[in-house]
Amino acid sequence: MDFELTDEQTMLSETVTRLVAESYDFQQREHALRSDTGWSREAYASFAEMGLLGLPFAEEDGGIGGGGVEMMLVMEAVGRGLMVEPFFATVVLAGGVLRRAASAAQRAAILPGVIAGDTILALAHSEPGLPRHSLDARVVARHTGDGWTLDGHKIAVIHGQSADHLVVSALSDAGVSLFLVERDAPGVTISAARGYDGIPIASLALADVGLPASALIGSDGEGAAILERVFEEANAALVAEAVGAMAETFDVTLDYLKTRQQFGTAIGSFQALQHRAVEMLMQLELSRSMAILAAVSLDIDPGQRARNVSAAKALIGKSGRIIGQEAVQMHGAIGITSEYKVGHAFKRLTAIDALLGDRDFHISRLVALRGVYPAAA
Amino acid sequence: MQLDFTPAEIAFRDEVRSFLRDALPDDLRQKMVDRAHLGKDDIVRWQRILNARGWAVTHWPAEYGGQQWTPTERYIFQEEMALAHAPEGSPFNVNMIGPVLCRFGTPAQKERFLAATANIDIWWCQGFSEPGAGSDLASLKTSAVRDGDHYVLNGQKIWTTQAQHADWMFGLFRTDNSGKQQQGISFLLLDMRTPGITVRPIETIDGEHDANEVFFDDVRVPVENLVGEEGRGWDVAKNLLGNERSGIARIGLSKERLSQLRALEAQLTASGELAEEERHVLARKLAEVEVDLRALELTQLRVVAADAHGGGANAAASILKVKGTEMQQRMTELVTELAGPAGLAMPQAGGRTNDPDEGWVGAAAPFYFTMRKVSIFGGSNEIQKNIIAKTLLGL
Repeated sequence: MDFELTDEQTMLSETVTRLVAESYDFQQREHALRSDTGWSREAYASFAEMGLLGLPFAEEDGGIGGGGVEMMLVMEAVGRGLMVEPFFATVVLAGGVLRRAASAAQRAAILPGVIAGDTILALAHSEPGLPRHSLDARVVARHTGDGWTLDGHKIAVIHGQSADHLVVSALSDAGVSLFLVERDAPGVTISAARGYDGIPIASLALADVGLPASALIGSDGEGAAILERVFEEANAALVAEAVGAMAETFDVTLDYLKTRQQFGTAIGSFQALQHRAVEMLMQLELSRSMAILAAVSLDIDPGQRARNVSAAKALIGKSGRIIGQEAVQMHGAIGITSEYKVGHAFKRLTAIDALLGDRDFHISRLVALRGVYPAAA
Repeated sequence: MQLDFTPAEIAFRDEVRSFLRDALPDDLRQKMVDRAHLGKDDIVRWQRILNARGWAVTHWPAEYGGQQWTPTERYIFQEEMALAHAPEGSPFNVNMIGPVLCRFGTPAQKERFLAATANIDIWWCQGFSEPGAGSDLASLKTSAVRDGDHYVLNGQKIWTTQAQHADWMFGLFRTDNSGKQQQGISFLLLDMRTPGITVRPIETIDGEHDANEVFFDDVRVPVENLVGEEGRGWDVAKNLLGNERSGIARIGLSKERLSQLRALEAQLTASGELAEEERHVLARKLAEVEVDLRALELTQLRVVAADAHGGGANAAASILKVKGTEMQQRMTELVTELAGPAGLAMPQAGGRTNDPDEGWVGAAAPFYFTMRKVSIFGGSNEIQKNIIAKTLLGL
């Protein structure tokens, strides 16, 4: 049993944490949010320069073949900085689909640009009218000649507006399948919006969108299985991001408790607030434990992997809420202003719970899996 | 990172497991399964079995019978004990006075007490709390006044667990009133048969008699029974309360209770006592509590691993104490909810459940009630939060 990072992992963690701290302060984030795209090309380029965009991809694809722990370290730093850049959308979500299921030709065509930071990807999966975290799709994929035609609607496509290529799930005769769609393909309409966490999202209308046979990712009907696997990795990444956001929220709050004066003394001298700060710390440590569990579980047997990832996501749903709500409350009125960091962290933590299955969803999944612990031998 | 145990640790676990399978008497195991009240004889019998194997006082220094296990091995041992439904030894002997004497005792005290303590030839009780000194232990008043080669004790202790069985008490007494509160407290050992000691039972909300008041009326204690220096008993007591981290969250106990809850879920489902909606709600509650337990388990393991690497911040023990006791309490709460109206009947005096075939039902509520104590004793959870706020957060 060993929770220590290797030297390389420690270096990765220190480097990315320093990068985010030095180049991505709150004002820079605000500036990025106010731009047209809602994120900073420059900040994203600095991730590319450090090789972070190639982190999970195989070395033969130009990546560095990092695993769950490496992704955890980077996502924690992303969470600390409340970064809105498309790392999660491009590298983890859509990139995860390509890494797991794309052909050599597809990977060769797209991944170099992704790793260089020139290409942005988005995954279009959620649809109106379907269960909120379903692996199903109702966008219709029809075989036409050598290729395909897609019709339907997608919502909550993270960074959909900026994406050069979209990974779109659709229902063919064989089941849910995944397709590569160019953002400017005829029949594709993208409507941009902003998430309450600041991150750009889009909805997508697909009207008779014609695709070549080479647009299919993996085999026909394999989409749900690919997504399920990618969503587990993505959930582990979100849990780590949540830990970073919680840690930052906690540090800011602790600092405030030590400096804010009321009744002639620092408010951190009040026991009522001290005990609540301690509860925040405890929730943070429990969350950190679960981020580690999820990160090291990504390559174990599927049943236990699903249990561990769902348990982690369910836990941070609760702790994120506790830490976010308490941080806002302890800051008083300033906590609910949009010019202050904790409110943004609270909103991001809320969004993380909502993404890829919230706490209730993952508890239900655990019920179906008959609990968190492996069945007694 | 590698969260699995090493092959050597797994071999060690299997050795512990197989010993427990062979050595734990069936009747004792059944009492533990039923949450029946354990008598003094039960605890003594089991500790002597462990002691014969060399496993009664594993964290003492090797020269006094300890095992020099790694933090991970200690964790595994504690978990396996709990999962096997093995009782713990007397905490007062094993975790409290034993380590204190190993560290602070005179050669004569070590010679006289340590082996007897490991084997429970002496049953110890702890005289710390007083009516006016619980969490604020330093305000204790029971006096020990030097008179030649004796101290003369007057005053009262309270919440003295198992004092009715005890052969000896270790306790804190005020030898000096003049300085700061924490100074002037001395750590004394006293024979419970000394004239002037009166033990009065306190019945607790589980219907049991574990707690007592102990009154001292001119009780004469030889000066040779002083542990450490006169007036420095506070340091001794702090050492006693602050040194166990590998098992403080008691994950094994909570896991064992979880497996009981799972068994009850299956049993009640099979017998038709749970309606569909109740089953659904119960399944969610169990999943939720498992998520929390898993997170706590990993957190405990992080502390154990950090200790194996040379230790981390001590306030980690406080986090584990607070969250561990909340978890234990949550488990007993769930069992009580499951027992429902069938669990209303109080067990008969002496800890026998009313219906031997339904041990868990009768024991559910008393166990729930008595487990409220775990967030109170050993430094209440509020005190632990004060410690964390001060030492970890700098508030």
